[in-house]
Amino acid sequence: MRAILPFLLASSRQRFNGLAGYDINMNPSRAVYLGLRRAGIDFVTSVPCVNLQELLGLVEADPDIIHLPATREEEGVGICAGAWMGGRRPALLMQNSGLGNCINALASLDLLYGIPLLMIISHRGGRGESIIGQVPMGQLTVPLLEAMGIFHLSPSPAEAEEAVAEAWKKAESGHSPVAVLFDLDFWRSL
Amino acid sequence: MKRIEAIAMAGLAAADQDALLICNIGYPSRELFSVSDRPENFYMLGSMGMASSIGLGLALARPEKRVMVLDGDGSLLMNLGSLASIAHYAPDNYLLVILDNCCYGSTGSQPSCTRLGTDLAAMARAAGVRRVRRAEGREELAEALLEQGVVVARVEAGNAHVPIISLSPKEILERFMRCVLSAPQS
Repeated sequence: MRAILPFLLASSRQRFNGLAGYDINMNPSRAVYLGLRRAGIDFVTSVPCVNLQELLGLVEADPDIIHLPATREEEGVGICAGAWMGGRRPALLMQNSGLGNCINALASLDLLYGIPLLMIISHRGGRGESIIGQVPMGQLTVPLLEAMGIFHLSPSPAEAEEAVAEAWKKAESGHSPVAVLFDLDFWRSL
Repeated sequence: MKRIEAIAMAGLAAADQDALLICNIGYPSRELFSVSDRPENFYMLGSMGMASSIGLGLALARPEKRVMVLDGDGSLLMNLGSLASIAHYAPDNYLLVILDNCCYGSTGSQPSCTRLGTDLAAMARAAGVRRVRRAEGREELAEALLEQGVVVARVEAGNAHVPIISLSPKEILERFMRCVLSAPQS
């Protein structure tokens, strides 16, 4: 607890110092959605995050995408694996807290059999985070992905559409899950 | 009824109905592989608890294909939210068969909560699954295997003496997907 306090204070200061470096002309949720479209994603499972709400609305309204809200992220990994076997292009939309719920299925289902999956992850617990409970998984998200050998990237809104489309290509060609992480600055850069 | 008998019946029923069959990790997959191997079987080698979810995704992705899932009491108890999702999306080409031997059979038959009275059929109903059946013997199971929804079949504890699966994960997936994708997609 004591170790986290300086981090939260620094994050708080950062919030009021502005968000330099992002293209403010692109709506971030729409950029991710256009990336899903460009990738040809046609099957989505999701567990919500407040930062995903606009994206979830876009996905839900898209008649070309089957969208299943799941009860738990690991269940979403299983459902997406089945959808891939059925010839679909699946994506899992979730918060990074859910990554911990997925580890075994990502490893002993997707990585074991070589099943691709596009993970769109709201990356909480970093700069600007106001909920202390998000901080531990915020700090562990990248190390967990790297320990599993899962490719990940963190694009800006201006890069997001292309990055999401490329991430799916990498998942499919590499027969593996791939993660695209979107932190608080990303969602606030409207 | 021994579990391997129920698995053999399910394997035959799946072949007869030209169904895709997802099978749970551990001895159940080994038993199915030994008594009724076909490329339309997907054998899980890991990810305990995911059988019903894999089948649900497959059934929704390919509504023209019948999908059957062999799951166990222990593994379903790991992923109970799946019952709510099955109820909510309710694909009519989907049947989840829970072989309830009241224990974790592949790890030394430690008792599961169904030994103490947890009723998986009642839980499926409470989750909102409309078609739930119990199968107590061979005849009831044979009828139930023609159904959709959820079937809970009581089987004896204990594993058959069967070898491990001789296929690699890649081989299991590739031959399975060849079967799935050979049919025209709707």
